[in-house]
Amino acid sequence: MSVMRQSHRCVLGRFLALSGLVLGLLGCGDPPNNPYSKVDRDAKTLYTSFEERPKHLDPARAYSANEYEIIAQVVEPPLQYAYLKRPYALEPLAAAEFPKITFLGAHGKILPAGAPDAEIVESVYEIRLRPDFRYAPHPAFAKDASGAFRYHALTPAALSRIRTLADFHETGTREVTAEDLAYQIKRLMHPEIHSPIAELMGEQIIGLKDLGERLKTEWDHDPDRPQWLDLRRYPVTGLEIIDATTLRIHVHGKYPQFRFWLAMPFFAPSPWEADAFFAQARFKAINITPDWYPIGSGPYQLIENNPNRRMTLARNPYFHEATYPSEGEPEDEEKGLLLDQGKRLPFIDRIVFVLEKETIPYWTKFLQGYYDASGLASDNFDQAVQFSSIGSAQLTPEMEEKKLHLETAITASIHYLGFNMLDPVVGGLTPAKAALRQAISLAIDEEEFIAIFMNGRGMAAQGPIPPGIFGYEEGEKGINPVVYDWRDGHPERKSIEAAKARLVEAGYPGGVDPSTGKPLVLHLDTTLGGADDKPLLNWYRKQFQKIGIELVVRNTDYNQFQQKMAHGNAQLFRWGWNADYPDPENFLFLLYGENSKALHGGENAANYQSPDFDRLFLKMRNMDDGPERLAVIQKLLDQVRRDAPWVFGIHPKSFSLHHDWYHNYKPNLMANNGLKYLRIDPDERAQLRAVWNRPLYLPALVGGVLLFIVGWCMRRLVLKRREAQGR
Amino acid sequence: MMGYLLRRVLYGFPLLLGINILTFILFFVVNTPDDMARMHLGQKHVTAEGIAKWKHERGYDLPLFYAEKETGLRCLTETIFVRKSLGLFVFDFGQSDAGRNIGADIRERMWPSLAIAVPSLFLGLVIDIGLALGLVFFRLSRLEYAGLALCVALMSISTLFYIIAGQYLLGRWFQWVPISGFGEGLDAFRFVVLPVLIGAVSGVGSGVRWYRTLFIEEIERDYVRTARAKGLSEARVLFRHVLRNAMIPILTGVVVLLPLLFTGSLLTESFFAIPGLGSYTIDAISQQDFAIVRAMVFLGACLYIVGLLLTDLSYAWVDPRIRLDD
Repeated sequence: MSVMRQSHRCVLGRFLALSGLVLGLLGCGDPPNNPYSKVDRDAKTLYTSFEERPKHLDPARAYSANEYEIIAQVVEPPLQYAYLKRPYALEPLAAAEFPKITFLGAHGKILPAGAPDAEIVESVYEIRLRPDFRYAPHPAFAKDASGAFRYHALTPAALSRIRTLADFHETGTREVTAEDLAYQIKRLMHPEIHSPIAELMGEQIIGLKDLGERLKTEWDHDPDRPQWLDLRRYPVTGLEIIDATTLRIHVHGKYPQFRFWLAMPFFAPSPWEADAFFAQARFKAINITPDWYPIGSGPYQLIENNPNRRMTLARNPYFHEATYPSEGEPEDEEKGLLLDQGKRLPFIDRIVFVLEKETIPYWTKFLQGYYDASGLASDNFDQAVQFSSIGSAQLTPEMEEKKLHLETAITASIHYLGFNMLDPVVGGLTPAKAALRQAISLAIDEEEFIAIFMNGRGMAAQGPIPPGIFGYEEGEKGINPVVYDWRDGHPERKSIEAAKARLVEAGYPGGVDPSTGKPLVLHLDTTLGGADDKPLLNWYRKQFQKIGIELVVRNTDYNQFQQKMAHGNAQLFRWGWNADYPDPENFLFLLYGENSKALHGGENAANYQSPDFDRLFLKMRNMDDGPERLAVIQKLLDQVRRDAPWVFGIHPKSFSLHHDWYHNYKPNLMANNGLKYLRIDPDERAQLRAVWNRPLYLPALVGGVLLFIVGWCMRRLVLKRREAQGR
Repeated sequence: MMGYLLRRVLYGFPLLLGINILTFILFFVVNTPDDMARMHLGQKHVTAEGIAKWKHERGYDLPLFYAEKETGLRCLTETIFVRKSLGLFVFDFGQSDAGRNIGADIRERMWPSLAIAVPSLFLGLVIDIGLALGLVFFRLSRLEYAGLALCVALMSISTLFYIIAGQYLLGRWFQWVPISGFGEGLDAFRFVVLPVLIGAVSGVGSGVRWYRTLFIEEIERDYVRTARAKGLSEARVLFRHVLRNAMIPILTGVVVLLPLLFTGSLLTESFFAIPGLGSYTIDAISQQDFAIVRAMVFLGACLYIVGLLLTDLSYAWVDPRIRLDD
């Protein structure tokens, strides 16, 4: 018996010793839950995530926010948005100064700046690029001793050894030239690139449409076409290269919004060498294409592109002189956003985008310090944010203890409920139809929607133009008088009685359709069909019930919904728009008749067509910002508020959190190239990560002991059973 | 044997063709080529001309199965079905609708899938068999009843719960392992531990009950009675004789699963951000990338056929009474 006990003691002793050793080993070094490699941990590395792999990284093709998040750090268009200034303002980036604009009349006659729009035949934008911009190192530029391109004509044997761009040992660079900008503009018409703005720019830039037609006939139908389409061989009348750094772009008529396009990656200079390099056979088969490896002169280069797992940006060693801005809003200084003024950019060495598909691990990693900043999903909202007695959002004590910072901003976007103006019941411009739409606008309580379904993350819209965009007005002047009254310094929704009165004017007293004697039935077409969407749809039904109208929800999948919208078969629908650029034209064009979705395939989803609106819109579109333009915008807003083709829903509010070691962040909803301004303190990060991620080994010890006890009991049971069998 | 193999491979072709037709019909009933184009071209500034161009370049402007305007064999060959299907039979998956090479993506993504699926399978197998033998050892005792009740309880819990609970406990609360992600080389071990553990544990309930049934069937047999009569201990009977004889259904059950390990787990890969083939398929479905969906369904079908073939071979290998030549 004593031998047995000794044996048990011996086993227990060994178990405890082994446990101690394992725990000791685990206790050394970094927290075991740190998901990053040592190389990343030692550098000034920013960690962020992506949920869905970007579809395109070719600047001629990329258009989504998740695509811009990467390529806007790599390529540099002529202009950019000032990081700290509000309202949003453009400033030169690749351009040495703002483009010089000349208006030409008939026969090329130069017109004065204030010339009437009707006289302007074309506008010439003269862009002088900075001479100190150089592309990030790339094998496309590598040359051999004789000056020939090292990797432009690889043999099949050499190509077979290539797996990624990192397999090319030699790289090169060169200056950014005006020819590169012209080349990139021509790339917009490349038949295989499918640039989303090809048609738009084809209509604006002189000769670009002709280039598209020519490429379509010459390139598309040429069975012996070469692998690379050398666009330098195709002249475009509207693209005039003056010298190595100067390009003149000729635009039809007057198109003031062109300056905003010049701040988008579509217009970032692109070297022809890259296309010649990527066009080689086999590269496509191993996913080495310009769509996955963008090239530019920006602060960062994409050194790793594994969209299945991780993408890494590293500092461009040839990045030009650029400094942190010294001008911003008055409160920027107080917030510490001007501390780095005049310092050379960028501050961060590497940016790692990690694939993270689910919110639970993403949020957990953020709280553990493994992501530097985070958006705020509905699931985590209550954990992170609470509202004060005056309704302002603030961090919860738990988040404050972690020294997190909260930034909020109203986005330059709108979510609205649209009426199909071609529909016989809710459409049309007669006073009765407008009264019906106004009644519904009054009945749908957007403030309640924001409180219930958005955790207060939004503001009720007074018209199509969101705050921060020219034409939006604060205060009493800016309210929608059809739906709101101005009381005690803030807008107050009119009573439901006002909605009922409008219904009487519309010919539906009490919401009853006189032709049937029953409540008027309206149909909301939506893709919201899941169990989670039921409360929302019920809420919509209740809003309509308030005025006696019955709302029938027609759920369809996304594809069918798109078809319905394209054919004008929906009656009521939910829709939205994010600004391309901060100009009222980019919102008011959503109501321009020629943009009707059903009739012309445009972005006017409500198919609103008003001759008066269209006339005023065309006038406003070409005007420069100023009191005169503001007056026209007011007239446009008055009209759409009266006609009510939309229930002007909400402007969402973005909430983002970041850690204490993350500096210089200011929400800029127009600038996509903001990562170069950010600064992190890796020492503070490492310190806090170590504090927050002390592994808890007690459960392992308890588990081990429990396991040991269970094992021991089992052994006893087995022995007992054996003894019983023996007997 | 060779004749049998050849016959089975040839049987596979009509099966693959049928699966391909079914996938094709199901996909195009839900999505039209216009829908696919719209999804790929984005939300803004999408014109009818742009949609037509996108379809033309990818061959989606052709008729689905039969080209009325063509003559002769071209009536069949100038269709989306034939154009998109022929390459599959030589494992040329072509380009995805977003422009990436599918073969290259599959070759890259199968390794993370295998890194999770293979250890999960074998760890699960060891745990399940061990516990099932334990239950059989304590047959008709309170311990067995309690074990069975626990198995039913474990079976009733959704895999999602195991994943979230595992992430919360080991990743968030105890902070032993990264909560999600994937590494390269040996570093991958840290990331693989949690999903493998969850993969093994989530299958314990059903696995133990299944193997217990197999073992109980075996212990009823004469040779077990003989072994007991010879005075062998119960543990020796179970581990030496019962386990060895139950290996035939165990082995064949496992072999059929082996090829499918390549295709990965949809849920686990998504929650742990594992860049495997499971998440590849899910992404392709959500992005309406027909080229990837078609390739993955075809690959899955091929692997399943291979799995069934391997099962037959393993039967013949472990049981000398079975002759495949017959």
